[in-house]
This record gives sequence, structure tokens and C-alpha cells, in this order.
Amino acid sequence: MDAPLPLTAEAEPRPSAAIALLRHARYVISGNVVTAASFVLFFLLLLCAAFGPWLAPYDPLASDTMAALQPPSAAHWLGTDHLGRDILSRIVVATRLDMGIAISSVALVFVLGGLAGVAAGYFGGWTDRIVGRLADTIMAFPLFVLAMGIVAALGNTVTNIVIATAIVNFPLYARIARAEAAVRRDAGYVQAARLTGNGEMRVLLGTILPNILPIMAVQMSLTMGYAILNAAGLSFIGLGVKPPTPEWGIMVAEGASFIVSGEWWVALFPGLALMLAVFCFNLLGDGLRDIVDPQRRT
Amino acid sequence: MEMPLLDVRDLTVEFATRRGTVQAVKRVNLSIGKGETLGVVGESGSGKSVTSYAVMRILDRAGRIAEGAVSFSGIALRELPEREMQDLRGREISMIFQNPRAALNPIRSVGRQIADVLLQHGQATRANARAKAIEALTQVRIARPEERYDAYPFELSGGMCQRVVIALALACRPRLLIADEPTTGLDVTTQKVVMELVTELTRERGMSTLLITHDLGLAAAYCDRVAVMEKGVVVEQAEAAAIFRAPAHPYTRRLMRATPRPGAGLRDLLPQEAPRPADPPPDPRQGEALLEVAGLVKEYSRGGGLLGRLAGRAAPAPFRAVDGLSFTVRRGESLGLVGESGCGKSTTSMMVMRLLDPTAGSIRLKGQEISGIPARGFASSPLRSRIQMVFQDPTDSLNPRLTAARAIADPILRMGTARGAALRARVEELAGLVGLPRPLLDRFPHQLSGGQKARVGIARAIALDPELVILDEPTAALDVSVQAVVLNLLQDLKLRLGMSYLFVSHDLHVVRLLCDRVIVMRQGRVVEEGPVEQVLEAPRADYTRELLAAIPHPPV
Repeated sequence: MDAPLPLTAEAEPRPSAAIALLRHARYVISGNVVTAASFVLFFLLLLCAAFGPWLAPYDPLASDTMAALQPPSAAHWLGTDHLGRDILSRIVVATRLDMGIAISSVALVFVLGGLAGVAAGYFGGWTDRIVGRLADTIMAFPLFVLAMGIVAALGNTVTNIVIATAIVNFPLYARIARAEAAVRRDAGYVQAARLTGNGEMRVLLGTILPNILPIMAVQMSLTMGYAILNAAGLSFIGLGVKPPTPEWGIMVAEGASFIVSGEWWVALFPGLALMLAVFCFNLLGDGLRDIVDPQRRT
Repeated sequence: MEMPLLDVRDLTVEFATRRGTVQAVKRVNLSIGKGETLGVVGESGSGKSVTSYAVMRILDRAGRIAEGAVSFSGIALRELPEREMQDLRGREISMIFQNPRAALNPIRSVGRQIADVLLQHGQATRANARAKAIEALTQVRIARPEERYDAYPFELSGGMCQRVVIALALACRPRLLIADEPTTGLDVTTQKVVMELVTELTRERGMSTLLITHDLGLAAAYCDRVAVMEKGVVVEQAEAAAIFRAPAHPYTRRLMRATPRPGAGLRDLLPQEAPRPADPPPDPRQGEALLEVAGLVKEYSRGGGLLGRLAGRAAPAPFRAVDGLSFTVRRGESLGLVGESGCGKSTTSMMVMRLLDPTAGSIRLKGQEISGIPARGFASSPLRSRIQMVFQDPTDSLNPRLTAARAIADPILRMGTARGAALRARVEELAGLVGLPRPLLDRFPHQLSGGQKARVGIARAIALDPELVILDEPTAALDVSVQAVVLNLLQDLKLRLGMSYLFVSHDLHVVRLLCDRVIVMRQGRVVEEGPVEQVLEAPRADYTRELLAAIPHPPV
């Protein structure tokens, strides 16, 4: 029944979206050494987190008082601590715990803060006021002190560290999601979605949320570094993971007292691991932004 | 002939992209004499703006001048050190950009921005900068310039902002003015005022102008000579009068043909006479009222704020965006709703569309009152699918995360019954109807051209065979040749599917092509209503006459 209409439009086969995204990621990474380095570091961290216990040369908990406080050597690349435990092994094994806390807390806040913020930005009014004041209240405290308070009140467990880290990051996520949703609330494609029969909830979750996910994902990477620091910080002051569990914050805390007597490696190497992890996630955030930024897509 | 003020020889501009080097401008030759106005005309992507950026040496990082020479009154601009170039910009050559609001610093008062430029180029001292800036504002005929000196850009209308930008550009008495789409986004009456102002000021000062525009009519009305660009190449360059009388290049002819103008019908805009499907017999129900709007009002409160309320001040009278509007759209009819920005036409279409709740009045669709159903709940009404809309900006109205096929399928998934293979078949049928090639269906919006995106938007709107489609300036963001094709497509679809259109536009010539009747709106009220030919040929209201006179068109 379709008579040909006198219309022209060019057509050429295109690769699927996933392949296009991979290609774009490769393009961004190859164009930026720093991003490439951060991705390498990220995979290294993942590797340690996944296979830490098998990669570590020694048992991270086995003490050997004969070999206590040994400087870096061929046998112990990063030296040993005051109980003679191999620092390299402890750092590698600790990756899983530190990353686990960071990833689960960020995932938690991503869902809670993201949903609350999107709803606030989209519906406005009372929803906005409640979410906004909640975020303000959290922001009113020094964040680390608040995290300390939450862990001290709820009890000294890994779950509570995750919850505390998520709560202190809540305002950040809620605000970003709110701002992005508010901008898109009356965008043409949102109006169009209403016209095609999408109810308000469907517009919110099916149209607005997917469009702000990339921006949130970038934020996720950036707060990951902060979450690692927060967890390590809590452990450092004795409010987090308990010794002898290998954890970067505890290791730095334990090593701190030996710096004065010249045994610098005990605190330095776990601190370095912490620094590299935070650094990696911050750089990763920049790289991710370049990948998801439509401006750089051609 | 004496030496031209600006002489561009064999200019080639390259952009480094992921897919290798792209030549945006290829061996372009242009020259502008003293006091002359040269128009550079072309559609988007023709390289007209890039040419001017290359002259000003403000290409972005990826772009570079690969070849050619640019000389400005004997100075070779391409080789000039950046320091001297900076001094030249603004003082000798200045530029007016498309979006006046974006060109102004939003947190500095407009007067001080002018004073800044004067001070920077040594045209004024701290002592007299204010007086000189006010003088500059007076020259662009801004009323009460002393007061406006302290106004911020957001307090001024688009036309006022463009005048400030012109004052900025002319403040240092440059010898060459580059105007890049200076009136796009302004109303026609404002466009006329702005263009006349530019012409008068430049003539007074013996300045030369390079006017970059997509609008042939504008170029014809205000330029001495015109260069037509296509895909980075100047295809034709001649006296303005000559080029419109006898266009030599096929592209120029095609462009002129596609431009809506008095005396040309909808089908005349297409490149050639193509075989058309025979128009189906008229719907027997034709003529019965489909949409009846009566006494429609939309008020926005101007709220005096909490402080004002505490101080016991009465809230100011609410602003009436739409003020008692009544009209009827009959089945099979196209009604045009015309007016300038702020006249309430978009507010009206949003209310009819049930995306916005009216303050008062009634909207009846097929005899059923729908103004009572709140906008939030209308998505679940069975009438939702009967009334659809094609949006103004094809890019903005497509969800960037949905493929073309998914976007077209959206209304069917929500309100239709087809699923799976039947859904895909329906989407492909719709794509065929709007002339969207099948392989493009799996692309995302950013992989489609403007015209293709417009087709996706139209296919989505007609997916459920709506009875009334609101067209909100559906071609305002498109090039003229694409506009011609899309307008024809809309007409074909209307005849084939028996829909009615409510066509919202600021352009009377475009409305004439598609509509049977037209309503001219101003400040929320109807100024004139009647058959389209009568309103255009013999307008009764002064405002309609003014609107018509403001539209520039090439001499045909």
C-alpha cells in the first residue's frame, strides 16, 4: 500500500551500540595516557581483590617474631611488621576488604541517593523539601565525625562501616541526581514520553533515570576514592575493622608508631596502596566522563 | 577596482576528527569592498560559519587553516602574531553571534560590558567610559539607556540583548562586522528592526559587513552581493539582485525553490515533480468539530514573594499567558496558530495537549470535555492516543538513550496492542510512511541527521493513528530544503490518514502552505481569524500586516 514518497535519506550499516561504545572507550583511552594508566591500575586492584589470597607470597596472618621489622629485602619485598608478618601479602590480601567496603557503600548510596534525588528533582514540592533538608542535615556535620558517630552507635562491624560511608555520601548523590532530573523534567523527550502514554513513575524511572545514569556513574568513581579513605580512616582510629585482619587503615595505624624508630616501611607501603587506589579512582572518573560525555562522541 | 577590505584567497580549513582529516572549507575565495555587505548563504554544514571563524582565527582546537591567505586591508591575518590579532578583533573586525544571550556575560550589567570593551581597546578612559557606553546604547536605540546601563542580560528581551551585542560589536568603530546568523531565534518583527539597525549603522560609518545566514530572503533584502556555499565550496557568487533573478548554479536554484514564498504552493517547494499517490476520497465525517476550545485561560502568578506577603503587600495581578481563547478544529482540517514568541501559542498547544492544566475554559475533544482531567493523569486516559504532537526541536524531543525503532514503538508499547514481530512490522511500516530507511531504525538519535530525527518524531506521533496532531513549529530547527520535504510529508500523511492538524508557527508563509484556516495571536488573544488566503492577501488587523511586512523574501 505504500507508494514511494519522494524522499531522500542516506543509509549505511552501523555497528551495534555496545561495539560503538567499546570503540569509543578505546579511542578515549588511547588518546589519554593518564586514563589508560588508571584503567591498568584499576584492573590490578580488581585482580588483587579477586585473587589476593592466592597471589600473596606468605600467609598474611602468620607471625614470625624472629623476622620482625625487617626492611624490604628479596624475601620480603616490602619488609615485615612488628609481628614479622609479610607486608606485601597483607596489602594484597587487604585489597578485597577495602574495595569491598568501598564498592558496596557506593552501590548503596548510588541507589538510595540517586532515587531520592531523582524523585526530588522530578516531583519538586514536598518530596524535594524532605530530601533537600535530609541532605542539608547530613551536610551540617563534619562528614568523618558523622561516620565515626554512626559506627560507634551502631557497633563496630563491616556492615556498619558500609552504612556509615553510604550515609555521609548521600547528600552528594541526592543533589547531583536532583539537579540533573530538574533540568530534564521539561525536556522535549520527557514531554514526548508523557504524550506516548507513560505515567509519571514510568517517565521518572524509564526516561529520566537512564539519562542521568552516566553522570552518576562518573560521580561513583570519584566518591569511590573517598569511600576507601573513609573506611581506612575509621579503621585507623580503631573504629572499623579489628586487627589482626589485614586492612590498609589498620596497617598504617600499626606502622605509625614505628616511623619514629626508623622502620618507615611498615606504615609507608599500606599508605601508598591507599593513595594509589584513591588516585586510580579519581583518574578513572575523569576518563569515564570522557567516555560517557556525548560532546566527545562523534 | 580598488583593494578590497577583506580578501580571502583559496582558504581551506581542516578539522582533525576520529575518522581522519575533514575539509570543512575548500578553496574559498571571497572579497568584501569598503562599505559593502556580502551575504554568505548556505545550509547547516556548508562551512559558512567556519569560514568566518577562520578569518577571525577563532577556530576550535581541532580546526586549522590548511591553505590559503586572508588579508585585511593589506595585513596578512594568517601570519599575524596572536597578540596583534587580539588587538584587531573587536577594534578592527568584530562579530555578532547567533545567540545574543550566550554572547553576553550573565553576571555583569550590559553597560559595564560595553565599557569594558571600550577601555580594553583604549577608546575610553575610566572617567568617560560610562558616558560613552550610554552613547553606544543610545545609538542602537535602546530606550532609557541610562537605566539600561545597569540592567543584566536576563532582564532584557532577546531583541534587546541582540541590540546590546550590536552596540558591543560597534563600540570601537570597527571597519568590518561579521554577523553570524544575527537574527536566528528572534521574531520576524524584531529581526526587521535589528537588521535595519545594522544596515543603517554600518552605512553611516562606511563599514563593511559579512552577513552569514541560512535565510535567502534575509540575504536578498540586506546584502549587496551574495555567495552561496554548499559543502565547503562557494558554488555561486554574484550581485544579490542578479543571483535571485537568475540563479546559475543548480544548488542555488534548489535552495530558492525550497524557500517558502508568496505564490508558491507546497508541492512547488520540492526539487522536481515526482509521481504522487492519488489523494484518497475525503472522509465522510469531514467538517464535524473535532476539537472545540472555548474561553481558554492560563494564568501564572507573579507571586510577591514571602517578604512582600509579610509586609502586607498585595500579590501582583497574575500574568495571563492565554487570555480567553476560543477556536474549533474540524475533522480533516489544518488550523494554523500564528504569533510571535510570548503570544501564548505554545502555552495553548501544551494545554490542548493536556501537558499543562488551564486556569479556566473548556477543551472538548470529540465532544468530550478533557480540560477537567489533570495533566498528570491524562497519560492513562483512552483519549491520550487520539491527540498527539510533533515537537519543535527534533533533537530535544528524542530520548538520547532509545533507538529510532524503540522511540517509534513507545506509544504502541504503552497504549497499543502489537508486541514482538507485529510491533516490529508496525514500526517498519511507520518508518516507510515517513520515509525513514529501515537500516536507520537501529540508530540512536545522535547518529541521525536533523531531517531523519524529524521523521522519527513524526512516525512516533502517528503511530496510534491519532485524530488530531499538534505540530509545534516542526520545521523551525531544519534547513529549508529539509523543511520543504518534511512539510510535504506532513501534508501527504494528513491526506492519507485523515488526520487534523493544529499547526503552531511564527512563520505565516509556512503556515499558508499547510493550513486551511489561520488564527493570528498576540498577547494571549486572537487578533485575526480566517481562511489562510484571505488573512495573507487581505489582512484586516494592523498587527497581521506588520507581521507580513516583516518577513523578508527573495524577489521572485
